[in-house]
Amino acid sequence: MHIPDGFISAPVSIAAGAASITGLAVSVRKAADELDDRRAPLAGLVAAFVFAMQMLNFPVAAGTSGHLLGGVLAAVLVGPWTGAICVALVLVVQALLFADGGLSALGLNVVNMAFVGGLGGYAIFVGLRRLLPSTRASVIAASGIAAGISVVMASIAFVIEYQLGGTGDVSLRSVLIAMAGVHTLIGIGEGVITALTVGAVMTVRPDLVYGARDLRPVPAGLGASIVGEG
Amino acid sequence: MDRKSLAMFLIGGVIVALGLAFFVSPLASGSPDGLEKVSIDQGFGSTAEGHDLADGPLADYGVRGVDDDGVSTGLAGIIGVVVTLGIGLVLFGAIRTVRARSDGAHRTPA
Repeated sequence: MHIPDGFISAPVSIAAGAASITGLAVSVRKAADELDDRRAPLAGLVAAFVFAMQMLNFPVAAGTSGHLLGGVLAAVLVGPWTGAICVALVLVVQALLFADGGLSALGLNVVNMAFVGGLGGYAIFVGLRRLLPSTRASVIAASGIAAGISVVMASIAFVIEYQLGGTGDVSLRSVLIAMAGVHTLIGIGEGVITALTVGAVMTVRPDLVYGARDLRPVPAGLGASIVGEG
Repeated sequence: MDRKSLAMFLIGGVIVALGLAFFVSPLASGSPDGLEKVSIDQGFGSTAEGHDLADGPLADYGVRGVDDDGVSTGLAGIIGVVVTLGIGLVLFGAIRTVRARSDGAHRTPA
């Protein structure tokens, strides 16, 4: 999903850079309301975890791989604005230290993965939570489904950028079909990994999960028995 | 709040991230990712330009000078996790601190 230099024209890349800087400035202000004494260090951990997971490409089809984007995972764990900053931080480290994702395309990648995938995916998560009963299982299911959809959303964001500033001479319709198709498969992996990770944190420390902060704490005795069964 | 248990959770999380980065990343699929594959299949893969920092010591998730590919990838992963964690802790700690200060400045009598 990391766009290299050269795919998208300079004007569109610069516009995306400006949009990502504006978005991050807004995110920093909003993240201040999400971060408390516990969530600030947790956000650092979430960014490091997303970095590690993004290295783990899994095969999705013949000769194709995908990896976790982590936008919805981060948003559900530490809040949507903090989560967007987590993903952007990972993208900056990858571009500057590991030569992954073009420098001129950094703004495009932040827009697609931190904002369209992360914030957009979190909006889907919130919508699903409203439809589903207010339970731990709903939080886990909603995070997985939203994460899967978020990957397709990010891939369509790329297609829109390609329409605006693509440098190659190709059929946009076939790019759209190909991008949405392969990213539906990658989205299944994203959804499974996100649901498993959110589920694991919900089992150990449900109080830390931002996307589940509305759930009443489980009484101590019941909580212990649930953990025991798990 | 239960600080000790939070610290244990965070330390456990860091160990998991380091373990994934070192032990699992060398096993990751080397096939092109979704976007790269689509760009090749659709005929615009050749418009990709080389990365400006492709000669960096950690470029392409390998540590220059480490001959064993698995170890090189794993060490790059460890470095990435540590750097991301370090920047993240400082960054989010700073955002948190600034908020705490401005809350104090703007506090109205209850």
